[in-house]
Amino acid sequence: MRTRTLLVLLAVPVLALTGCGGTSGSSGTTGSASSTTSSGPKLAGTLTVFAAASLTDVFTDLGHRLEKEDPGLHVRFTFAGSSALANQLAQGAPADVFASADQAQMDVVTRAGLQGGAPTVFATNVLEIAVPPGNPGHVTGVADFARRPLTLAVCAPQVPCGAAALKVFAAAHVDAQPDTLEQDVKAALTKVQLGEVDAAMVYATDVKAAGTAVQGISFPEARDAVNSYPICTLRSSPDPTAAQAFVALVRSTAGRQALTDAGFGSP
Amino acid sequence: MRRRDGGIPVALLVPASLGTVFLVLPLVGLLVRAPWSDLGTQLTAPGVGQALRLSLVSATLATAVALVLGVPLAWLLARTRIRGRSVLRALVTVPLVLPPVVGGIALFLVLGRQGIIGRWLFDTFGFSLPFTTAAVVVAETFVAMPFLVVSVEGALRAADARYEEAAATLGADRWTTFRRVTLPLVAPGVAAGAVLCWARALGEFGATITFAGQYPGTTETMPLAVYLELAAGHPEAAVALSLVLLLVSLATLLLLRERWLGRSDVPAA
Repeated sequence: MRTRTLLVLLAVPVLALTGCGGTSGSSGTTGSASSTTSSGPKLAGTLTVFAAASLTDVFTDLGHRLEKEDPGLHVRFTFAGSSALANQLAQGAPADVFASADQAQMDVVTRAGLQGGAPTVFATNVLEIAVPPGNPGHVTGVADFARRPLTLAVCAPQVPCGAAALKVFAAAHVDAQPDTLEQDVKAALTKVQLGEVDAAMVYATDVKAAGTAVQGISFPEARDAVNSYPICTLRSSPDPTAAQAFVALVRSTAGRQALTDAGFGSP
Repeated sequence: MRRRDGGIPVALLVPASLGTVFLVLPLVGLLVRAPWSDLGTQLTAPGVGQALRLSLVSATLATAVALVLGVPLAWLLARTRIRGRSVLRALVTVPLVLPPVVGGIALFLVLGRQGIIGRWLFDTFGFSLPFTTAAVVVAETFVAMPFLVVSVEGALRAADARYEEAAATLGADRWTTFRRVTLPLVAPGVAAGAVLCWARALGEFGATITFAGQYPGTTETMPLAVYLELAAGHPEAAVALSLVLLLVSLATLLLLRERWLGRSDVPAA
């Protein structure tokens, strides 16, 4: 993720200097627009999707589906904390679609005037506590996040899962004592999978995706912080048709089913 | 001057100029785009002093550890004929070329609470190293110590071994010789190595964020703070913090000027 950020940071001034900032990102898409109009739904080129880390599994799967339907199309993902993605977009990172894990980070993109269309909420998610198998820290609920002897991971406050965690802690009147503030939810989950933390505040979908590698503990206060996931195409997208096709797939019955299977709620 | 050099060939001058621009322009950009007007506000923001203090303390501790372990290691590599010495040298300089994030993961696997040694530490003493300030020092030492080892070994090789032989002739044992003759002889090299090691430790990012995590006050050093500010959408704060690190780097370079700018026969790795 860091390397990507650096690449983007390096790429921005270079692209700006060479005057191709608007058309970068998918050299192969220039011919695709014409092919799309001439031969119906055929899409080609490279579609770049910036998506919240919690969407990693389900979006990768949906991307493969779109590629299967349109063999000429290559769907490329950047999964990271929504805040990092929103800021990369604001700095000029080339992408076609943005899916955020909360409204606040979508607003960053809106304020920067980068949206290709109005964002639509396509899923919801709630927090869950992930613990290593066997629950070595004997964690039972949100209140355990105030226990200093435990090693605890929470997302950084600007990341949607961190913002949601703050809401939960406030609702539960818990003075949380995390040991590390992770930059995206998957990084927090990884620390549990490694057995290096006693518990992490992640999404219910992450616990589900991790399978037997972690144990999930749901808690009633999670209802106080339900995250809505908005998605939109981006104005600078060199291939709006392909971008819209991906958004349509996410919002389709098949997309809805994939999201439900992964544990996401309906908007 | 020009007559003696016969002029600089264009084929060399053009790429050399481009290279200079490439290396210097980003630093100029940092200065040009710096939020000078509210730099004071940015730098006195809560957390900045904390991150700077943590950075200075952990880099200094890492350098101290590297000195204690690295100087004897450099001596071993430069002055003994133990078998497998070249393999040893290659092994201990691996962190020099290893991506730091890989180092962070490797540290997890050994010193994490599920790690080879870490598991024993946790089961026996209930001590868990990751996500502590000690983990920051460990990560920085891992990445920075090879710089000191390489630098000191170079100094040892360049030093005149006859003084040590003379000391031995006069009856000094190897430890006394090392303390009384070798160390004073290579002191400038050790100092330069320590400064280099300190600068590398100060800038350490990958191994630190991987192994020590990120939490203000305990593990969030300056480079982490720069990255986090950028990720949080506060580019001005990131630039302001970067300026501080640039300043420290320039100061480091000044400290090393005798070695890097003044002499041209610095022993290379």
